Amino acid sequence: MSATSGIMVIGEVRESALTGVTLESLSEARRLAQAVGGEVCVALIGEGVASLAATAGRYGAVKAYVVDGAELGVYRSGPFTDAAMACIGAAGPRAVLVPNSGNGREIASRCAVRLSGGVVNDVTALKAGAVGLLAAHPCFGGLVIAEKESLSDPQIYTVRPNSFARTETGGEAVVVPLAADFTPSGLLARVVEVINERAGAVNLEEAAVVVSGGRGMGGPEQFAILEKLAGVLGGAVGASRAAVDAGWRAQIAQVGQTGKTVSPKLYIACGISGSIQHKAGMQTSDLIVAVNKDPEAPIFGFANFGIVGDLHEIIPALTEELRKRQA
Amino acid sequence: MRIVVCTKQVPDTEAQVKVSPDGRSIEETGITFIMNPYDEFAVEEAIQIRERGEAGTTVTLVTMGPERTEEVLRRGLAMGADAAVRVWDDSLAEADSGVTAEVLCAVARRLGFDLILCGRVAIDDAAAQVGLRLAEKLGIPHGNAVTKLDVEDGKLIARCEIEGGVEVRELPLPALVTAQKGLNAPRYPAIPAVMKARRVEIALFSPAELGLDQSAAASRQSRILTLEPPPARAAGRMIDGDPAEAARSLAHLLRDEAKVI
Repeated sequence: MSATSGIMVIGEVRESALTGVTLESLSEARRLAQAVGGEVCVALIGEGVASLAATAGRYGAVKAYVVDGAELGVYRSGPFTDAAMACIGAAGPRAVLVPNSGNGREIASRCAVRLSGGVVNDVTALKAGAVGLLAAHPCFGGLVIAEKESLSDPQIYTVRPNSFARTETGGEAVVVPLAADFTPSGLLARVVEVINERAGAVNLEEAAVVVSGGRGMGGPEQFAILEKLAGVLGGAVGASRAAVDAGWRAQIAQVGQTGKTVSPKLYIACGISGSIQHKAGMQTSDLIVAVNKDPEAPIFGFANFGIVGDLHEIIPALTEELRKRQA
Repeated sequence: MRIVVCTKQVPDTEAQVKVSPDGRSIEETGITFIMNPYDEFAVEEAIQIRERGEAGTTVTLVTMGPERTEEVLRRGLAMGADAAVRVWDDSLAEADSGVTAEVLCAVARRLGFDLILCGRVAIDDAAAQVGLRLAEKLGIPHGNAVTKLDVEDGKLIARCEIEGGVEVRELPLPALVTAQKGLNAPRYPAIPAVMKARRVEIALFSPAELGLDQSAAASRQSRILTLEPPPARAAGRMIDGDPAEAARSLAHLLRDEAKVI
């Protein structure tokens, strides 16, 4: 019998709020907590983050372990790992869920070394196993779904955004303030500058709607029609590798095997043929819409709705139609 | 400066990967293997640093894998790396990221290093852990998903891709960097370089020769239970009509039927 119990979510804070994937992880943790035994708690790490315990409580956290300090004002993997270790040490969870963001993966891997732990990254489903949790992890460019298990105590999983429903349960989290000892070597790295390159209202990886353009866009200026559509839908604009390699969009917008993996409720592919590399980055979307002038494009083989035609006419018409309905 | 580059052999991005009858591995027959594309960025960056940097800079490649994985080392040697090391014995067959990082840590310490370069992720198991774990094991700072790297005065300036933007990190050496697409354009080795790389002797170590006991190699902390193809996505409904009609039908379907917006 393990002395550890419950599930800890390592909270991720952006622009003074918990990220969507943090709320999704808390909601899923609450659904799984009974099977694992114990309660759900959250780790809040940063400067001035204690007030976020209220939000975490509404999504299922019973306790909020808070490490607050000036060293944590800007994310750095060293001190954030020290702080996460302090939270894990205080709570003794059976499983730790971490947002599968760049920073989240850094914290998960660095904590895992200190805990002699096993990590499964980028999980899209979780369920109770004989002990602890089992996870589904898309790999081999999305051609294979692996069922994987972290064998350590605690287990560590990083969670793909938009994989779990957000469920408010209206609870409250008790705040437990903690102090962390910062490893001197962890303080050596310095953040010189953070540059926002976000195209749209939300980050690509977390957007509920993604509108992507490919070779069929015809040029960089044509992406303006996708930005308008994404604007109406509150989504983000992505691009295929062809569009990025042509220099039409920044690398940061690339969806696919050598780019971002997205899992939105709605993915609208415009002028994208649908290669297996592109499919790898978006096939876990709930609903896929394809607009392409080539009726033979592979994307029509796995899109839920397809329109064969000129995207330069159809997309503005769709934007107008949706705007009318919103009004 | 001593640069160590960690590389991995993976199925080609075009490969039609199929699950083996055992349900826990992939079918290797008919698969073409390549150097992990992100590792190629790492190798190229190491060579460029040597080309523009201080005299006496060396680039050593490391991989962990069976004999067939020497191909990626020879590819990297043909690109311009100075030396290559392979680590293997059968105890490593089901190594997870933690075991791999432990092996690479032992190699790095054996070789000595100022800078370690890895790919951001391997496109086969998509674990995205080995580089980060290696940095933690060695107690050094890292830059993750780096798209631009400058070496100056014993430190690195690394542009790291983060969600929604870029973070510029200053890292004192020794440090570790994981390479992201955009860092550089890997060179195609010339035929004479490929021929020359064929004759380079590649050092082979077992975990025991690196001072790792067998239990260390077997001490994995994560495992694959099953591999399955993803649920097939069937072709859906085609929407007809002129652009205005099609747009109207689609808006209706998204809002009123699928209820996704």
